Amino acid sequence: MSLPYLLRRLGFAVLVLWAAFTVSFVVLYLLPGDPVATMAAGSSDGQPVTAAQLDELRHRYGLDQPLIVQYGHKLAAALHGDLGTSFATGETVRGAIADALPPTLQVALCGLAFAVVFGAVVALVATYTRIRWLSQVLMALPSLAVSLPVFWVGLMLVQLFSFRLGLFPSVGARGPQSLVLPAITLGLPPGALIAQVLAKSMGQALDEPYVTTARAKGVGAGAVHLRHALGNALIPALTVLGYVTGLLLAGSVVVETVFTRPGLGRLTVSSVGVQDIPVVQGVVLFAAVVFVVVNLVLDLVYPLLDPRIATAVPA
Amino acid sequence: MTELLDRGPERADPIPPPPPAPSTEGRRERLARLGRFLRQRPGLVGSALVIVFVLLSAFVPGLLAPGDPDFAVPEVKLRPPGTPGHWLGTDYLGRDEWTRLVHGASLSLEATVVAVAVALVVGGLIGLLAGFAGGWVDEVLMRVVDVMLSIPPILMSLALITALGFGTFKVAIAVGIASVASFARVMRAETLRVRSSVYVEAARSVGTRWWVSLGRHVLPNAAGPVTVLAVLEFGLAILAVSSLSFLGYGTPPPAPEWGSLVAEGRNYLATSWWLCTIPGVAIAATVLSVNRISRALDGEWGRAR
Repeated sequence: MSLPYLLRRLGFAVLVLWAAFTVSFVVLYLLPGDPVATMAAGSSDGQPVTAAQLDELRHRYGLDQPLIVQYGHKLAAALHGDLGTSFATGETVRGAIADALPPTLQVALCGLAFAVVFGAVVALVATYTRIRWLSQVLMALPSLAVSLPVFWVGLMLVQLFSFRLGLFPSVGARGPQSLVLPAITLGLPPGALIAQVLAKSMGQALDEPYVTTARAKGVGAGAVHLRHALGNALIPALTVLGYVTGLLLAGSVVVETVFTRPGLGRLTVSSVGVQDIPVVQGVVLFAAVVFVVVNLVLDLVYPLLDPRIATAVPA
Repeated sequence: MTELLDRGPERADPIPPPPPAPSTEGRRERLARLGRFLRQRPGLVGSALVIVFVLLSAFVPGLLAPGDPDFAVPEVKLRPPGTPGHWLGTDYLGRDEWTRLVHGASLSLEATVVAVAVALVVGGLIGLLAGFAGGWVDEVLMRVVDVMLSIPPILMSLALITALGFGTFKVAIAVGIASVASFARVMRAETLRVRSSVYVEAARSVGTRWWVSLGRHVLPNAAGPVTVLAVLEFGLAILAVSSLSFLGYGTPPPAPEWGSLVAEGRNYLATSWWLCTIPGVAIAATVLSVNRISRALDGEWGRAR
């Protein structure tokens, strides 16, 4: 792997992070709305808040300084890993995210596993089978899955498997049993995406001359499918993995609300509810970091899978 | 004089655009072809019917459900579908579910239209500017778009809602801004494609002003792909708006919106299945139909000769 390739990718990653910080700062601090007033009204239990108290609060959070100064301070702090403190709880944003991360990671990994299995099975069976209706049904499944509202899918699963059949708990985060339904709900949209992309690239790979050669040599249909075509069809499917991570993170917002689980999604929902700007910005930045890291890893893995990529002239 | 010059290039175009093929077809043949086309696609016909139904609910809710969506009769609360007078049942306050669903369509649809309009206008302008200006303007705008794509749309919308506050209209704007990026990309690609075509070059060489060629050549030719995207985005926006309403950032409770109807029904999930199921089916059916129609617009008619 060449060093310039590595440096270029790294440089782009840093640029994206800086820009994500700037975009979220612009959105959260420049748009109208007075977080201090909201915060004071929420914490004073209905007592009228004096202007002096508001000013004191603004001063404490540095909100009385010019925006460009605030931006500089916040960027410098963020570079040191300090994302500020929550308006609502006074906890550091980094601590709040770190506390909320493990349960979300659990569901997201299970969701990812479901998505990969679901996507691979649907795509492979749909391109393998000779039964026309089966292949048509399987090909239609992904576009159906992405048209369903995620929160509704979760509630329907709860209704069926928790209330009717009593198989899984409906809410909470106790034990592996409680992971099943959230993971399916979370994994369905990315699974559909994987199925679509993999089915398409499998179709293309099966049209290649080497597949014809393999068949002519007498390789069995299953072996052609899995050993010859799948390997080459995997790279396009890998490219969506960055997007899939985003879907999982975004889905956790809804899924954790539906299943009343603790985690990053719940933290986001409650922070938006009380206009807790630092936490919301922290979550947005965290999403950008995850996106950047996943794509960076993918960029480093591609050349190992397909040597043509590393030597290709960059666009 | 200028008008003459402006008109000139279209006639002087060295490669005339290929004439639309079906010009030899008579109206009768066209109708027959349309009939064949639709007969082979029952799903598309069904989708069109669903959309007509949703539009009717949104614009003339009184026609389909004459009652008041907030009218509650506590004696008949939580009746299942099939109850006389309430064919979709009633909710926890004894309000007619069908009436609430039909009246909710207008709120959901309004929000969706606003979201798509915001995305279309803002994204379209960014793409147009990037494609037309080129150089560093293009570079900067497209990097901003890349960054917007690296943040999941729902988190972007949530950040915007944090700043803007709650309410259906604000949710709609947030959803729209969060989906600006895809419009900007498509619009830029289309602008670049049209701008480098021979007839635009010819137009420029005879002195057509840039805004004239923008209005006469670039926009009409970019309209097709952007329309397909807008229809597709419509489906995504319905899902996004209803998700955010479900989370409780949309309208305050009494107003019926599809996402908030599901949220209201959530507390009665164990006993009254229809309160959650039915509005969800409405959302899913609408999104599926919109996606099917978007696929049909994307050249299916042209390919099916």
